[in-house]
Amino acid sequence: MIGIVNYGAGNIFSLTSALERLDIPFGMVNTEADLDKYTHIIIPGVGHAGAAMSKLEQTGLVAPIKALKKPVLGICVGMQLLTEHSEEGNADMMNIVPVKTRLFDKNQGIKIPHMGWNNINHKNNSLFEGVENLTQFYFVHSYFIEYNPTFDIATANYGKPFSAAVQKDNFYGVQFHPEKSGIAGERLLKNFSNLKQ
Amino acid sequence: MLSKRIIPCLDVKDGRTVKGVNFVDLKDAGDPVELAWQYAQQGADELVFLDITATHERRGTTIEMVKSVARQLNIPFTIGGGITTIADAEALLNSGADKISINSAAVRNPKLIEDLAKAFGVQFVVVAVDTKLVDGKNMVHLNGGRLITELETEDWILKAESLGAGEILLTSMDHDGTKNGFDCSLLDKVARSINIPVIASGGAGKVEHFTEVFLETGVDAALAASVFHFGEIPIPYLKSELKKHNIPVRL
Repeated sequence: MIGIVNYGAGNIFSLTSALERLDIPFGMVNTEADLDKYTHIIIPGVGHAGAAMSKLEQTGLVAPIKALKKPVLGICVGMQLLTEHSEEGNADMMNIVPVKTRLFDKNQGIKIPHMGWNNINHKNNSLFEGVENLTQFYFVHSYFIEYNPTFDIATANYGKPFSAAVQKDNFYGVQFHPEKSGIAGERLLKNFSNLKQ
Repeated sequence: MLSKRIIPCLDVKDGRTVKGVNFVDLKDAGDPVELAWQYAQQGADELVFLDITATHERRGTTIEMVKSVARQLNIPFTIGGGITTIADAEALLNSGADKISINSAAVRNPKLIEDLAKAFGVQFVVVAVDTKLVDGKNMVHLNGGRLITELETEDWILKAESLGAGEILLTSMDHDGTKNGFDCSLLDKVARSINIPVIASGGAGKVEHFTEVFLETGVDAALAASVFHFGEIPIPYLKSELKKHNIPVRL
């Protein structure tokens, strides 16, 4: 059963709706003790990364999340929380995946936010099982996670390559919104729920 | 590569989908939730719901309809109409809307754009602009084109961007409902002048109009209603035609 970290960072109705459509059971994580109730943990998030990190800190869940050995999936800003630092609010993040979250550079002739469907080049990680390479996912973000070959499990290109998905041990992050990415996104959520402990 | 988006727009009134010709003569084209689901199956990239009665009748958008849509839909959607406060927007966000679109409320109170962007992020805030040519100038209009403002369209869009709009939905009232094609010259000027995505709206009648707007302007998405609702342009066919012109689309 999936536990969704409930720290007040934006809308989770779409995520819970997607899990319901997929018959994946879920519950909410409000306290450290709640983390033990679930086999898999999702950290959602939209909006401002610095503000999201402050909210997460207020729940007292940062240290317990860092100590988890079960599969954890950060989505969008939830993924950025896994990184070392974000330029959004110049804020330190949880530093689980030692990469940086940076602002897209409009001088590259790209529009910001990066909004819409973009294809990803994935590296056959089990998170992407059954997802054809170069499938498109739905992105909406102004900050991105710098490409690092050690942690990158899927790359997208916008102005330059960035990490659409990362993994370090049991921690996974996706920049796109699987709950809004059609059938491929639903498959990814299903794959995550099937990851072994 | 980032795809150009195809966005069916569902104008809703009393929980039903309608589309006016030049915003009068409303026709009923079905249940919004079912229509939304069908569009997702057909390959629509995103949907926009506009509660067209909301502004002048002062009715809020139906939270229940938004929730029903979010439960069934696996693609993003925007909701607009009658949003004048942070609380209105928050209720929609919590009901599963990915973005909200504001129009008259932003013109009357530009600070609303700033407040919404600060509260929920720029990605949540679409500023919809209805424009009409008056004495050779593109002027912002309100209330479905019934009310002219003193704002010149291009100036207003620049201001909206600087206040925190994440996207511009630009509807040409002169083209809307005519099926004679998008206002490519204005759309291109606007798309080049700002650094946020632009959705083209108003005038789509055939496949060539979509090809034209993507080849000739810098817009990121194209929105239409009746050509989709009445099946005149099937979305899979539209996308395959766009692809033939090397326009990046999601198939």
